[in-house]
Amino acid sequence: MATLSAPRIVSSRAEFADSHTLTRYLATGGYRALRKALTMFPEAVAAEVDEASLLGRGGAGFPAGRKWSMLRKSHISYLVVNGDESEPATFKDHYLVEGDPHQLVEGVIIAAYALQVTRAFIFIRGEFALGLERVQQAVNEAYDHGALGSKIFATDFSLDIVVHPGAGAYICGEETALIEALEGKRGFPRIKPPFFPAVTGLYGEPTVVNNVETMSNLPWIVENGGAAFAALGGGRSTGTRLFALAGRVKNPGVYEIEMVKNTFRDLIYDPQLGGGVIGDRAIKAIIPGGVSAPWFGPELLDLPLGQDEVAEKGSMLGSGSIVVMDDTTCVVRAAWRITKFFSRESCGQCTPCREGSGWIERVMYRLEHGGGRMEDIDLLLDLCDNIAPGLTWPPQQTTICVLGPSIPSSVHSAIQMFRDDFVAHVRHGGCPHD
Amino acid sequence: MSHFRIDIRQRAEELVALYPRARSAMLPLLHLAQEQDGYLSDEGIAEVAELTATTPADVRGTASFYDMFHLEPVGKYVVGVCTNIACLLAGGEEMLEHASAQLGCPVGGTSSDGLFTLEESECLADCNIAPVVQVNHRFVRTTTPEAFDAMIEDLRAGRLDHDVPSHGMLIRVRRSSGLRAPHAEVAEQRAVAKEAREQRTNQETK
Repeated sequence: MATLSAPRIVSSRAEFADSHTLTRYLATGGYRALRKALTMFPEAVAAEVDEASLLGRGGAGFPAGRKWSMLRKSHISYLVVNGDESEPATFKDHYLVEGDPHQLVEGVIIAAYALQVTRAFIFIRGEFALGLERVQQAVNEAYDHGALGSKIFATDFSLDIVVHPGAGAYICGEETALIEALEGKRGFPRIKPPFFPAVTGLYGEPTVVNNVETMSNLPWIVENGGAAFAALGGGRSTGTRLFALAGRVKNPGVYEIEMVKNTFRDLIYDPQLGGGVIGDRAIKAIIPGGVSAPWFGPELLDLPLGQDEVAEKGSMLGSGSIVVMDDTTCVVRAAWRITKFFSRESCGQCTPCREGSGWIERVMYRLEHGGGRMEDIDLLLDLCDNIAPGLTWPPQQTTICVLGPSIPSSVHSAIQMFRDDFVAHVRHGGCPHD
Repeated sequence: MSHFRIDIRQRAEELVALYPRARSAMLPLLHLAQEQDGYLSDEGIAEVAELTATTPADVRGTASFYDMFHLEPVGKYVVGVCTNIACLLAGGEEMLEHASAQLGCPVGGTSSDGLFTLEESECLADCNIAPVVQVNHRFVRTTTPEAFDAMIEDLRAGRLDHDVPSHGMLIRVRRSSGLRAPHAEVAEQRAVAKEAREQRTNQETK
């Protein structure tokens, strides 16, 4: 059974139809945390976030406090919020921008105060038409409420927030590509080093980029203290987290649960959460953290939902998305579709990614649709190895950003776990499921 | 002579003013150009170039990187059906096939009446209501062929005009004011904060 005793930190207003309005937000304690933060020294606010050990919720899981401390050494110019959620089967930020935009805005103001930044940009995925409207509305209301603009709540702190729309490009979720998009350019990830926008970010100035969910945790942390947050979860994975559960489950959705205290099995089977597999069938495999992550078989279902726990088993909790594939699923088709996605979204700067994704996609296509050859299976592994040599996890980096080394995950997992299925595709001359 | 309508031109200028550099307004301005013309016309691109102090070639080169910008005319409604992993597991490919038959156009094509353009989408982040269908990037949440057909009928009859406005992601986004934290004040605030921070750090080290 799942452990559901933890407070809901970022999804507490989910049941209200008007959760996106200022009225509801104020009636449920909104902007109290900001008022409290403004009475503290900025570094004391940052210290609370440090103590909370809040790991970034975008995918890489870098500690937010540490990201900030790199900036405090230099003079910070900009705060950029990454709301370009596009990792396939991840839909938690979608909920946050539409369902609780004021919580996001309050989090951004608190972060800006802690960093002493006076200009913040919230980058919202272009396809979120309603999300853009709701966040802009929340920003408008925050100005009217005195929570934004000049001399916030009659203190000496001033801040402007600009809501910026994306335009359909997965790669813009990569923070340096997002900065390029914000500068009005093609979303090409920047060459590293420098590894962090903290050194050279927006307009070449020190910049911090944080995810929407990371920001949305801040009001609660300031109000209840970093220690209260750190008391939840376990190990390095503190607090609760939004998990987006999708695929062959009875109740797909976004669930906020305590990290580490719950397992994949709890999330998928608890009647209050996933409710089990459709038709009560057996699980064939799960994707534990977005399609960039290597797959797990059903033997790992009792693994705790924690960043290090999942990493130890050779995958990642990534973006907090979990896809369930049951015994009716064609894993070749699933892996082909994921590769097709990467092939389409590769920005094209680096050869291993640009060419490799296309080659793998074409070989996977012929296996799935007829015309596959027995030697294609090892050819696929060779192609994967060319993109991420050694096929280790975390993968070797041959490209500017991590999109490239993410391509092999699904194909490599599928061949390792279900080689017989690939053989069956070759023998059958296409997909035996069709 | 501005190609943008007077209201769009005004919104465009307001957007440019929000950024430290004009070019940063590129994506929002392209959304505005698409809101007016339904796609990125040569005239729209030229105007965005003027507003961002770039060239039409530069604007086109940037726009072509992004899936949501149409460099050629599209239907009044762009129907996107997701077939990525979560939707694949929920019949996304079948939905796309159905949509193609229903609209009478191939994926990437436009129906003969010019009303609908069909696209195969990548994950649209609404995976709990799969397969996901968007029309002009509004989630219409039709997961069965029957619901899809009814939705198309409603669109044709104009019954969904409120839920599905025409092109342009910013068509209902209005910022209530320009920047309010004045530059001079901000600069002063930064300097004071920096000094105070240094003082506190020095005290700590003592």
